Amino acid sequence: MIERFDPLRGERLQVLNEAGEARPDLDPGLPALTLRRIYTDMVLTRTADIKAFNLQRQGRLGTYASSRGHEGLQVGAASAMVKDDWFFPYFRDLGLYVTLGYPLRIYFLYWMGHEEGMRIPESLRIFTLTIPVASQILHAVGAGLASNLQRLRRAILCTFGDGATSEGDFHEALNAAGVFKTPNVFLCVNNQWAISTPRKRQTASATLAQKAVAYGFAGVQVDGNDVLAVYAAVKEAMEKARTGGGPTLIEAFTYRLSDHTTADDASRYRSQADVAEWEKRDPIERFRLYLKSRGFWTEEFEKEIRTKSAAAVEKAVEEAEGVPAPTLDDIFAYTYKELPPGLAEELAEAKAAKRGGGR
Amino acid sequence: MTMTMVQAINQALAKELERDPRVVILGEDVGLNGGVFRATEGLFDKFGPERVIDMPLAESAVVGLSLGMAAFGLRPVAEIQFMGFFYPALNQVISHVARIRNRSRGRYTAPLTIRTPYGAGVRALEHHSESTEALFCQIPGLTVVVPSTPYDAKGLLLASIRSDDPVIFLEPTRLYRAEKQEVPESDYIVPLRQANVVREGSDVTVIAWGAMMDVLKRTAEIAQSAGTSLELIDVRTLCPLDRETILTSVRKTGRAVIVHEAPRTCGLGAELAALIAEHALLNLEAPVLRVTGLDITVPLAKSEEKYTPQPDQVMQAVERVLRF
Repeated sequence: MIERFDPLRGERLQVLNEAGEARPDLDPGLPALTLRRIYTDMVLTRTADIKAFNLQRQGRLGTYASSRGHEGLQVGAASAMVKDDWFFPYFRDLGLYVTLGYPLRIYFLYWMGHEEGMRIPESLRIFTLTIPVASQILHAVGAGLASNLQRLRRAILCTFGDGATSEGDFHEALNAAGVFKTPNVFLCVNNQWAISTPRKRQTASATLAQKAVAYGFAGVQVDGNDVLAVYAAVKEAMEKARTGGGPTLIEAFTYRLSDHTTADDASRYRSQADVAEWEKRDPIERFRLYLKSRGFWTEEFEKEIRTKSAAAVEKAVEEAEGVPAPTLDDIFAYTYKELPPGLAEELAEAKAAKRGGGR
Repeated sequence: MTMTMVQAINQALAKELERDPRVVILGEDVGLNGGVFRATEGLFDKFGPERVIDMPLAESAVVGLSLGMAAFGLRPVAEIQFMGFFYPALNQVISHVARIRNRSRGRYTAPLTIRTPYGAGVRALEHHSESTEALFCQIPGLTVVVPSTPYDAKGLLLASIRSDDPVIFLEPTRLYRAEKQEVPESDYIVPLRQANVVREGSDVTVIAWGAMMDVLKRTAEIAQSAGTSLELIDVRTLCPLDRETILTSVRKTGRAVIVHEAPRTCGLGAELAALIAEHALLNLEAPVLRVTGLDITVPLAKSEEKYTPQPDQVMQAVERVLRF
């Protein structure tokens, strides 16, 4: 299906139009239970995102990168993954974490500035959150190359933004992925803004998906506010990766409804009218209309999942806030496998000097 | 069997590819061509393209892919063709390789070795003669290793590949074929984080690593004929430092001279001098002196000797600390 949408001809994969009506030939035909689970995860993502933003404003959480407006592409992508697949994140992926079962408590803890917030549960095949833009794409390709060498049928999803496509590491990674035919799926979240720099300032290419053509593999642009389109594209690309078909670049065309982070003020560089226009294309609302038309959505269902989401988020925050701050031992412990004598001496000095209270 | 340093490195790589199926070599021109210095010669033929991998010309990718491979259970030995071409990969080293263990609370680690030739003395083009080892020593999580003999090169490289922490393995270009030494065929380790007292002496401790050890040995001969006994220390692992070996020697001799090829300012010599000042000041009979490269861009081939410390300059420093 991916091949049917040629980015060089400006074609974009869309399953649900803005009224929530599905194209019958493209609808992945998911069962009601799955569709309602996807909607539930989207609502939980939005609820947790708003909570994180509010906690930051209250001084209870540090600088936070909101996922507002990205719930569709995030939950859609994660829902297309199977147990053995891997995920290499960037830093705006809340819906993927939620859908893959990452404990919200740990997610909040990270943004609260606690090292334990990156202790990824062993059962989850998730690499560390990465902040330096595009640098993680190389890790995902290295993991892909390792999988090829180990003859393991692993598919690896890696996310990044539109700004990342200007970085050298994006080029080096996709170039190597093409050369080694690695099992990677590159999900580029084109939300039109890299902090204040608009998409058109990143590249003169008409689409980001078409860059794949030069690397020798398929690229497709999908409607990033259409959860089913992202699901369908990621599903097909991951299956292709798993079965030796090589990499795919998927450009999810969407919009960053939030500021870049809580430290940013987007009103300095973009018009409120544009934001308002995109607010109308809310991926959650579009999917709700679809569910309703299929008879899978009711007021009671909405009420139930909103109540449950709010409770889950409150519980996670409470637990995260209950975790004691790291000790001096904790922050030294993972520099090397074993503490070198010089570092052990420094730790002892830090304790003796009562740094941060001395414990 | 006697061999050069580059042959010893080749033998270490072959041994480890043979012994540990997780080890893979990757870099530019390391396969078919056997590396521009022939460090990987013959390995492609023996172990095949899945163990000795020719990479696209992209240093950040060489290191970034290595990290992903290491996290997925392999033990990559990456080659950066020259230290002067390392810098596009510095972001990967600083932002990820050095700290992935810490960021992931130990779930993901980077048991990878990055080898690169470095240092002046082979009359190469611009960018082929730098000694920027101190850059790496400022990065917590890295282990920075420099061999100065064929024997050490093999043993230190085997120890580096087997280390569960990432190692930056710097190979002094000038020493690749400078001397042959008896190197055992057998599997042996030269432990990381252990400096080596290569010559015992009583008057002045002279500290260096890599290609400067050759300068030190020549200086020690000159000094001996002048009746001065030098104790020579090869630091070998620049970070984390073996403080004890260095301090024990300085406490004994009461005098220290540090020699490095890198520029003086913020070179590792500054760290060593501070270490000695903090822990052995009352044992000192004279100020700690440094004999180093200059705080200028490394000059081109015709002026190399003006830049790199020679035995004359080391001897002058030795005489100064003795006269103090």
